[in-house]
Amino acid sequence: MSDSNMKTPELANIQVKGMTRESFIMRGAIAAGSVYGLSTVTPFISQAMAQGDGDVDILNFALTLEYLEAAFYTEALKQVSGLSADVKELATTTRDDENEHVDAISATVKKLGGKPAAKPGVDFGKAFANEKSFLTTAVVFEDLGVGAYNGAGPNIKSKEVLAAAGSIVQVEGRHAGAVRLLNGDKIAPSPFDKGIPMAEVLMKAKPFIKS
Amino acid sequence: MQDEAVKDEQAPEKPSSRAQFLKIAGGTGAAGALAIFLAACGDDEKSSSSSSDSKSEDMSSGSAKGDLEIVNYALTLEYLEVAFYQAAIDSGEVKTKAVGEVAKTIVADEIAHVEALTATVKQLGGTPAAKPKTNFDDVLAGGEKKILETAATVENLGAAAYLGQAGRIKSKEVLAAALSIHTVEARHAAVLNNVIGKSIVPDGAFAKPADMATVLKAVKPFIAA
Repeated sequence: MSDSNMKTPELANIQVKGMTRESFIMRGAIAAGSVYGLSTVTPFISQAMAQGDGDVDILNFALTLEYLEAAFYTEALKQVSGLSADVKELATTTRDDENEHVDAISATVKKLGGKPAAKPGVDFGKAFANEKSFLTTAVVFEDLGVGAYNGAGPNIKSKEVLAAAGSIVQVEGRHAGAVRLLNGDKIAPSPFDKGIPMAEVLMKAKPFIKS
Repeated sequence: MQDEAVKDEQAPEKPSSRAQFLKIAGGTGAAGALAIFLAACGDDEKSSSSSSDSKSEDMSSGSAKGDLEIVNYALTLEYLEVAFYQAAIDSGEVKTKAVGEVAKTIVADEIAHVEALTATVKQLGGTPAAKPKTNFDDVLAGGEKKILETAATVENLGAAAYLGQAGRIKSKEVLAAALSIHTVEARHAAVLNNVIGKSIVPDGAFAKPADMATVLKAVKPFIAA
């Protein structure tokens, strides 16, 4: 990866409303990543995460994504006109699930003595133009959610937190399969939902986070 | 190399891996169910060695041995899934083209899982579980509807089975592999649930795990006697 040519200069300016220590770490990592490339960022984040209570950091990372997803479906149900009955049902179920995930993860962060990440400001661009653009973006979100949890899972220390994360990621996987079916995509992009490193997840989620 | 360390640790356990596998299910009815299950798989070795004093607690702390047994358990389930879809496809009972396409997509994933888990067992220094002998005649006789319902049951069970083992896996690499398969089973489960008109999230926002004894009992009808 070239370090002289910033492919994603906007990442250096990423702003997440309600910045926590964890997201500050990520912001620094993303800024570094945009200059030096992803491969240098991933160990940086692992190291930064290892310094605090890793599980709380991972949970707050997950919480930010769940907030994004919950907002995405909430807004979609309001803004996308002419949703078919099947799509509407899926969006409703998924929205409700994501809201429950937000609540559960917030409670878990508090139980562990941490401060839950704040709800990010969101911007879904043209995703709600029509049903097709909504479904296509939903596929991106759900696949990203699955990859994010699967990437973080092996770094979770507490068995209880891992069990909770596992229980949630299975539901993300279910959403992903169902939304792909409706969008006419392959159910699973690969036989293995490989974990996506945190920095990469943040880069992919970034376009939806309002500065 | 970490792999080497794992291998060395495993080496003395190799001959008794079957017995260790049997010990997983531990107390009460589970050991019995597993013994029957394995006997039906055509491997009678040590099928009676799951003595009542073997404890499931052996596994609860997680160990390299435990990982091997969990991977072999997963492998057995994946073999079952492959056999099921292949039997369904070969039966000619699946008449709807779209359903046939879904079955082919899913079986390709399951075959990849069998291959990956087999390789993982070998990497851990173990012997991959044998392919079980299966019988799906009753399901196939029920036609496409019954096949789809059973496929949904099997996928939901598979997803729950992986979730049930996640907290018991010691190695980060094995956990990462199991997680990467877990959500693919979840995708399959949701799609099949959708096709048969069931909720894509039957447990709600939080999926429930299933332990080994429950899973093995549920798949017992598909094991050829």
